[in-house]
Amino acid sequence: MAVSLGFHIILAALGIGFPLITLLAHTRGLRRKDPDALILAKRWSKVMAVLFAVGAVSGTILSFEMGMLWPGMMGPYGDVIGLPFTLEGVSFFLEAIFLAIYLYGWKHLSARIHYLTIFPVVLAGIAGSFFIVSVNGWMNSPAGFTTGSDGTVSNVDPWGAMFNPAAGVQYLHMLLAAYMVSGFLVASVYAVGWLKGRRDHLHRIGFAIPFVVGALAAPLQVVVGDAATARLIDAQPAKFAAMELLPETTARAPLTLGGVLVDGEVRGALEVPGLASFLGRRDFDAVVPGLDSVVPADRPPAVNLVHWSFQLMVGIGIGLLALGIWFLLARWRRRDLPRSVWFWRLAALAGVGAVAAMELGWVTTEVGRQPWVVQGLVRTAEAVSEADGIVATATAVTVVYLILGVITVRALRWMADRFATGEVVTGPYGPPEAVPR
Amino acid sequence: MTLAEVILVIIWIGVSAYGVFGGADFGAGIWDLQAGGPQRGARVRALLERSIGPVWEANHVWLIFVLVYLWTAFPEAFAAIASTMLLPLSLAAFGIILRGSAFAFRKWAGSIPRQRVFGAVFAGSSALTPFFLGTVAGGVASGRVPPGNAAGDLFTSWLNPTSILGGTLAVISCAYLAAVLVTQDAHRSGDDDLAEYFRRRALVTGALAGLTALVGVFVLRADAPNLFDRLLSARGIPILAASALAGLASMWLLRTRRVVIARGTAVLATVTVLWGWGAGQYPWLLDRQMAVSDAAASDPVLWALIAAFAAAAVLAVPALIWLYTLTEKGLLGEQGVAERTSTEVLLQRYQTGG
Repeated sequence: MAVSLGFHIILAALGIGFPLITLLAHTRGLRRKDPDALILAKRWSKVMAVLFAVGAVSGTILSFEMGMLWPGMMGPYGDVIGLPFTLEGVSFFLEAIFLAIYLYGWKHLSARIHYLTIFPVVLAGIAGSFFIVSVNGWMNSPAGFTTGSDGTVSNVDPWGAMFNPAAGVQYLHMLLAAYMVSGFLVASVYAVGWLKGRRDHLHRIGFAIPFVVGALAAPLQVVVGDAATARLIDAQPAKFAAMELLPETTARAPLTLGGVLVDGEVRGALEVPGLASFLGRRDFDAVVPGLDSVVPADRPPAVNLVHWSFQLMVGIGIGLLALGIWFLLARWRRRDLPRSVWFWRLAALAGVGAVAAMELGWVTTEVGRQPWVVQGLVRTAEAVSEADGIVATATAVTVVYLILGVITVRALRWMADRFATGEVVTGPYGPPEAVPR
Repeated sequence: MTLAEVILVIIWIGVSAYGVFGGADFGAGIWDLQAGGPQRGARVRALLERSIGPVWEANHVWLIFVLVYLWTAFPEAFAAIASTMLLPLSLAAFGIILRGSAFAFRKWAGSIPRQRVFGAVFAGSSALTPFFLGTVAGGVASGRVPPGNAAGDLFTSWLNPTSILGGTLAVISCAYLAAVLVTQDAHRSGDDDLAEYFRRRALVTGALAGLTALVGVFVLRADAPNLFDRLLSARGIPILAASALAGLASMWLLRTRRVVIARGTAVLATVTVLWGWGAGQYPWLLDRQMAVSDAAASDPVLWALIAAFAAAAVLAVPALIWLYTLTEKGLLGEQGVAERTSTEVLLQRYQTGG
């Protein structure tokens, strides 16, 4: 499940962010009569289609896995969290339909109507990500039902479950992450091109359009990310303590940079006094709950992993923010792209960095919640399937996803080759003379 | 009708839509599999790709729809089915991954040998996936899934006579549906020889489907007596009769080359089989162990599901109809056109409002 989610999250992020970038290129093409921008929109729509196909099937698998792997969560709580999933289904429907029309409509549809069909794709991505993230928010801050003393669930309020306290901030965090990943990842392809000497108009706007999206999302992400962290101190104190590496409840808690927790002691860390208190409570002297605020059985088992994932995510995010500012300054002062080769080297890495930051953030929130799968209610061990074949199945899933990941990347490279040589794609396969039209 | 029954009807609408649209997709893959080498099969494959290219993803959203509605409205039943059916569902899931991604990659794979590999993966998994889904249906219908976390047998729950019947019928029906639908597509694009090619195949698979259904009657009587009895009740008989009539009518229409009407009756024959399964199982979700009324979620949840269905009906269904209409009219062309000239044409058309 972790592997398939970790895989799907990349495709989901691209499914949310890529349509926006394509929309911007398409708009620029029509407004400024820029054929290069239209070529980009068209190429990107094809890339999007392939990624969307892989995302669609990997998303389908996740809905299978929910029941196959987690009957102990879906049985008692499937009804509580079902509503956002169904609404996500509606968004996904719209996304699939309009993406197909946009992708295949370049030639025969009216140019105006065709342009309009990309808008529902962008909106469906924005809506759909709320529904899905609200489920994760619910796992962190369950709401919308009452449990009896015997553990039975009653008074289910699906709307209350969907609009749980964590949903809003987690949603914004994920939406911005999706825009950062899409923006920096697409831009990094053209940054590599720049380093290889491809610096014509098409490659310049191919870099600038997505990079602007990432660069504008990055500063907003700092604000949202800070809010997402601060609310944990009350909602999930153990997760907060693991992220900040605080074994004991203390006043004036330090921000711990680096370091590992060995036998309950923090070693090798750089500590900034009071900063964790400030980040959590907006007060340098505030008392912050440590890991000892929950009983040992309820503490995350992999504290160091949570801490390091969190700090690396923040570090990469700040790096991306700085790179974005560099870009925006160059645009503002010289109305041109940055010239330094170091900017381009870093920009070429920004895509991978953004993906890594997103995955690390996901590790932080998921591992940080352990041993719970639903905070305070269902332990992961209780939720997992008791079927005999479960380990073999999980292994097979991992292998299939690894292969799929490798092939997806290769397919994208084949596509890039086709774009570079300008070779036309015809039918499924067969010698050209045998294929009609 | 109780609220739970309304939801059940909604789920069955989803099952029917997936059976028809998703089924035709799988069927297209099956015909791709037997189309022959690159030279001989090229036109058949090109036609199939044109038919399903723009619509296949939307078609498979119905499956997600069914799964999500099932787990929301009947969570304990979903957990029981999915955990007991771990193996066939995993295999179906792999099939879905492989066929979708191989189909998307094939276009771009460059050399013909590479495209053949992706083509074979797409086509092979298209044939296997409906089989596994059919075995799941058979296992549930014959009462082999008990309530609880993976409480059923990991193997015999889906390797049994009714499951094999379900799987076989699913594969044949997919091939049949696709053949009928593609016959019409070939007519429209003026490929009369391909229309004839698929019409012949529709007749053969239609006959096979009818034969399987007939054999199935005896299989069910021996292997799933409860289901059999409920099928032969006042609720089941009319549906079975409608199915048989629609099936026979489509054979006759195909023979006499009235393909447009044959499409309708072929769809009806498939949908009635699925509703027959539903009627045969009602009022049980899990045969004699979990009734619809016992397993249903509370009313607020069911109302929320109805609201979501209304949203889908208002937003997604018109969009879906538009997509199918555009595909039917041939307005959704191929993706590959020489780039620079085509974008300049597009700009001109935009400026002149075309």
